Amino acid sequence: MASMTSYESNINKVNESAVDRVFMLGNTAFLLIITVIILLPLVFIVAASFSSAEAVIAGKVTLWPVDFSLLGYETIFEHKKVWNGFANSIFYTFFGTIFNVTMTIIAAYPLSRQDLIGRRFITIAFVFTMLFSGGLIPTYMVVRDLGLLNTRWAMILPTGIGPFNLLIAITFFRTTIPPELNEAARIDGANDFRIFLSIILPLARPIIAVLALFYAVNTHWNTYFQALIYLKDQDLFPLQIVLREILIQNSIDASMLIDIEDLVAREGLRELLKYSLIVVASVPVMILYPFVQRHFVKGMTLGSVK
Amino acid sequence: MPVFISDQATSPQNADAGPVGARRRISGHEAPAKLWLRIRRNWQLYALLFLPLVWLVVFRYAPMYGAQIAFRDYSPAFGIEGSPWVGLANFERFFNSYYFKPVIVNTLIISFYSLLAGFPIPIILALSVNQVKMRLFRNSVQMITYAPHFISTVVIVGMLFQFLHPRVGFIASLANLFGMAPPNLMGDPGAFAHIFVWSGVWQEMGFGAIIYLAVLSTIDPALHEAAVVDGASRLQRIRYIDIPGLLPTAMVLLVLSTGRVLEVAFEKVYLMQSPLNLGVAEVINTYVYRVGLLSPILDFSYSTAIGLLKGVVGLLLLITVNYAARRLTDNGLW
Repeated sequence: MASMTSYESNINKVNESAVDRVFMLGNTAFLLIITVIILLPLVFIVAASFSSAEAVIAGKVTLWPVDFSLLGYETIFEHKKVWNGFANSIFYTFFGTIFNVTMTIIAAYPLSRQDLIGRRFITIAFVFTMLFSGGLIPTYMVVRDLGLLNTRWAMILPTGIGPFNLLIAITFFRTTIPPELNEAARIDGANDFRIFLSIILPLARPIIAVLALFYAVNTHWNTYFQALIYLKDQDLFPLQIVLREILIQNSIDASMLIDIEDLVAREGLRELLKYSLIVVASVPVMILYPFVQRHFVKGMTLGSVK
Repeated sequence: MPVFISDQATSPQNADAGPVGARRRISGHEAPAKLWLRIRRNWQLYALLFLPLVWLVVFRYAPMYGAQIAFRDYSPAFGIEGSPWVGLANFERFFNSYYFKPVIVNTLIISFYSLLAGFPIPIILALSVNQVKMRLFRNSVQMITYAPHFISTVVIVGMLFQFLHPRVGFIASLANLFGMAPPNLMGDPGAFAHIFVWSGVWQEMGFGAIIYLAVLSTIDPALHEAAVVDGASRLQRIRYIDIPGLLPTAMVLLVLSTGRVLEVAFEKVYLMQSPLNLGVAEVINTYVYRVGLLSPILDFSYSTAIGLLKGVVGLLLLITVNYAARRLTDNGLW
C-alpha cells in the first residue's frame, strides 16, 4: 500500500494531464459533498441538544446551538429508566460478548484444522443458518420452552454464533496458523487442548478483538429486537428499548416534566430531551469508534481474502 | 464477506497443494478402522466443538423442526407434535388474505429500491476514495462516512423523526428560514420508501465501501503503471482496471442481496411504521410479527407459515440468482 502510494505520487508529478486534473477536482468536490451530507444531520442533532427548549420548539435551530442550555441533559440524567437501561445494556453487551466470542473461537479452531473429519459438513451446517432459518415464531417457541422468556438469559444465549463471524475466525486460523505448527507441537508431546490453550489462543488475540467488536456493537449494544420479543419486565429492558419508548413512541414519564407549568415549555422540553438523549445514547460507541475502526476494517477485509 | 463462502467451497482443491492435503489424499481410501482411529486421535477437537454444536442444534435447527407447525393447527395444549395436521390451509389463508397483496408488493418495492440505491453507491464511493492519495483527506473521509454505521437503528429512526419533524426539526427550521410551510414528511405515506431507503444509504454507504476499498488495494499496481505508460486517463483506468477488479466481489454481494429481497430490515421498518403509513410500510417480516406475537389472538401456525414461505422462496431465489450469476459472469457464492 505504502509503495503504491509513493509510485502513484511520482506519476502524478510527472504527467498529470489536464483531463485528470479536472477529474481529481470533481472527485474531491464529490467527496466533500458526501462528507457534508453525512455530517449535517449529526451537527444539527448536537446543536439542538444544547439549545433551549424554546428555541427547539420554535424551530430556530439549524447548525449552531440557539440560547445555549444544558436543560435537556440535566433532565435525562435525572431519569432513572435511562440509567437502568444503560446498566442493562452494559450487562448484556459484556456477558453476551464473552459468550459469543468463546463459542465462536472454540468452534472456529477445530473447523480450521484440515485434518478434522467432518469439518466441511459442520461448517456448512453453520453457514446454512445464514441462508435459512426456522423463523420468528419457532425460535420464540424454543426460547419459551427452555424457560428463558423474560430472563437475562434470553438476551445472551440465543445470539450464540454468527455464521459470518465464524467464517472470519476460521479464515483467520487457516491463514495465520500453519499446519506445521500443530505437527511440531504434537511431536513435542502436546495434545490438542494444550495446543489450543498455549499456542492458538495467544496467537488469536487480533481475531478475538475483531469478533468482540462485531458482537458487542452489532449483536448487543445497538439492537432491540431480542428485547422486544423476549422481555416483558421493565427492569430488564436494555437502553435501546427505553430509547424506543421515548424517541419513537413519544412516551415520557410525566414526572420528568412536572416542574414545568407552562404547556408550551413542557412540549419544548419533551422535544429537547429527545435530542439530548440521542447524543447521550450514541456517545459511548462514537467515542470508542475511532480507536476500533481499524479492527472493523480488518475484520471486513479478512472476509474478502480469497 | 461472502467471498468467503466461495473460499470454503474451493478449499478442497487448495488443500491438495499443501502437506496436509498430501496426507489427506493418502487417507482418502483408508479402511473404516483407520478412519475411526483418526477421529479418535482428534477427539479433543470434537470436544471443543461440542458446546457450539449443541447451541447450533438447540437455537438454530430445533426451530427448523418446529417450523412444521406451519402445516398444523398449533395449540399450546397439544404441543408441536400433538397438534392436528391441516396441510396447506395456513398458506391458503395467507394467499386469500386481504393483506397478501399489499404485504408482498410493499416488501418488493422497498427491497428493490434499497438494492438499486444501496448497491452502486458504496462502489462509487470506494472508487472515488481510492483516487485520493492525500492521507489526511482520505482518512477523514473514511472516518466520517463509516461513523453512521455505528449508530443504532432506534437512534437513526429517532433522528429521522426529529430531523423531519414538521415543527421542531431541521426541515422545519430550514422552511422557516425561507418562509415556507414545513412539510410533514414522516406522516406522508408517499415519502415513506424514499425516507427509508435514503436514510439507509446515508447510514451504510461508508461501511459498505470498506470491502470494495480492500479489494481495490489488492489490484496489481503494475496494471496501473502500464496503463499510465499507454496514456490512459484516471477515468479510463477506473473503467478498465478498477471496475473489472471489483466485479467478482460486487457480483457475490449482489447475489447475496437478491437472495434477501424478502428480508426487509425488520428493526427499522417496524420503528418507522405509524397508522398513517401502514398501508405502504407493512412488509412480510413485520406482518409475521404482528400476526404471531402482537395480535389479541396469537396465531403461531399462520405466522410460521408466512415466515416459512418467505424463507423457502428466499432460498430458491438465492439458488436461482447464484446459478444465473455463475452462468453469466463465472462469479457466485458457490
